[in-house]
Amino acid sequence: MSIDKDTVKHISKLARISLDEKKISSLSKDLSSIMKFIEKLNELNTDKVTPLTSIINASLKSREDEVKDGKIRDQILKNSPEKNEEFFVVPKVVE
Amino acid sequence: MTNISEFSLTKLASGIKKKDFTSEEVTKTFINNSKKSKKLNAYITECFDDAIESAKNFDKKKDYKGLLSGIPIAVKDLFCTKNIKTTAGSKILHNFIPTYESTVTNKLWSEGAFLLGKLNCDEFAMGSSNETSFFGNVINPFGDKLVPGGSSGGSASALAADLTPGTVGTDTGGSIRQPASFTGTVGLKPTYGRCSRWGIVAFASSLDQAGPMTKNVEDCALLLQAMAGYDSKDSTSVDIKVENYSSKLTDKAKGLKIGIPKEYRVDNMPAEIDKLWKKGIDFLKDAGAIIKNISLPHTKYALPSYYIVAPAEASSNLARYDGVKYGHRSKGNNLVEMYENTRSEGFGDEVKRRILIGTYVLSSGYYDAYYLKAQKIRQLIKNDFDKVFYDVDAILTPSTPSAAFKIGEKKDDPVSMYLNDIFTVPVNLAGLPAISVPAGYDKNNLPLGLQLVGKPFDEQTILNLALAIEKRANFKRKINVWWN
Repeated sequence: MSIDKDTVKHISKLARISLDEKKISSLSKDLSSIMKFIEKLNELNTDKVTPLTSIINASLKSREDEVKDGKIRDQILKNSPEKNEEFFVVPKVVE
Repeated sequence: MTNISEFSLTKLASGIKKKDFTSEEVTKTFINNSKKSKKLNAYITECFDDAIESAKNFDKKKDYKGLLSGIPIAVKDLFCTKNIKTTAGSKILHNFIPTYESTVTNKLWSEGAFLLGKLNCDEFAMGSSNETSFFGNVINPFGDKLVPGGSSGGSASALAADLTPGTVGTDTGGSIRQPASFTGTVGLKPTYGRCSRWGIVAFASSLDQAGPMTKNVEDCALLLQAMAGYDSKDSTSVDIKVENYSSKLTDKAKGLKIGIPKEYRVDNMPAEIDKLWKKGIDFLKDAGAIIKNISLPHTKYALPSYYIVAPAEASSNLARYDGVKYGHRSKGNNLVEMYENTRSEGFGDEVKRRILIGTYVLSSGYYDAYYLKAQKIRQLIKNDFDKVFYDVDAILTPSTPSAAFKIGEKKDDPVSMYLNDIFTVPVNLAGLPAISVPAGYDKNNLPLGLQLVGKPFDEQTILNLALAIEKRANFKRKINVWWN
């Protein structure tokens, strides 16, 4: 399946990546060639195959639900590009 | 005296213990080499002053208990290191300073090693040539126009050029084994769940594994032992005893059955790779192994399924880079515009391609056709391996379909770049352990590796078989130091 420019625009919106027209063109070409490569899978009938859910046979461990860390607000905020006291700052969302 | 930077990790660790040399001497030697290696561009962040400080402290305390006592180690810049910038080779993390340490690096430090620096890699480990890094290409010590492979390209290059005595990389589709093959070094991808993924910048969580990259197989066993083990902070890490790989290491393969999969004899494979493969078979026969022809019928579907599964997981994992909590932030008139500009400026071309492919295959109406289909095929690929492992103990294949290629050669054609990982990707899809060991040279004097694939959690057998090949191949890294 080829990925036309409108599809590139649509998925870039979903992925929250802004693209200019030139980039949209080149991506349409690249993504189409990748999808063409992927299309090889269609030759294989998988109707009766159960999809893989985990590659390790071990079952997940359970543990007590207890708090082991916390009080690390300053650490969490440390790398924020913009903060105000104990909050992350983002552009205004509501008028 | 031979330059100690050419010593193996094992020899350095025992030399420090025996007081043949001090940790400070060792550390200064590697720093000296590293400082002269700018043309290779292997480092993103240098921690040389701190490393000398750590070495001095070590020499004062003389605590030789750990497996890696007094050893400086540079690691791939995908491992979060406390208070040391961690970029994942991306602009979007160019200023990110973790407040915590990854489990794997923490284990190295608790064995007595300390950090020498952070090594260049493809952006978010997405690439096979180290050409997607925001911090520039890494050069292969085997030639100033050659890629070192990827994504752990900085690690492979630093190791081959004696800038670090050993290193750790990560492998999602071949990112340890392919660069090891391109640089004449040893690289092992452990079984999925063998090493903790906690604190490693995530690419595709069901495929990512950290692993050792070393100058020889003995070192590989040592480093794996240091980094492996269960971690309650990674729910996919598996609580199985870590073997004493080093003490059990042997090059005897008597009675071991080795599978040779016919599907790995691909079209257009250079004759010399086929020849190398045959040589590997002879080496293992000589070590006492029994060779069996096997079939892994779904091999040809591995790469296309990988290019659904890996981008799908990447698009989800990389949704966290939004310019709010950490990393690069661009301006925008409103929240959505800020997100879109941040991600547009912060991610490079290959990362954008993979996020968009991942978003597409997961988008409404396409999930069954792509992602579910790929997971079904992944099951078939795993079944192929499960079946042959009833009959054989390990599988021998080439590591890569070619030797190191030129910078720029495959950059504009994503699919031709992806084909590099044709022999390594099936192993990640099935979660198996595999090692690449250098076994010879091509006609241009570039190194070539052979890959051994093992049963789940049987790293010991592939280490032993790799040692059997290493001893017989008598491989020597022939590198002229041109970059000083």
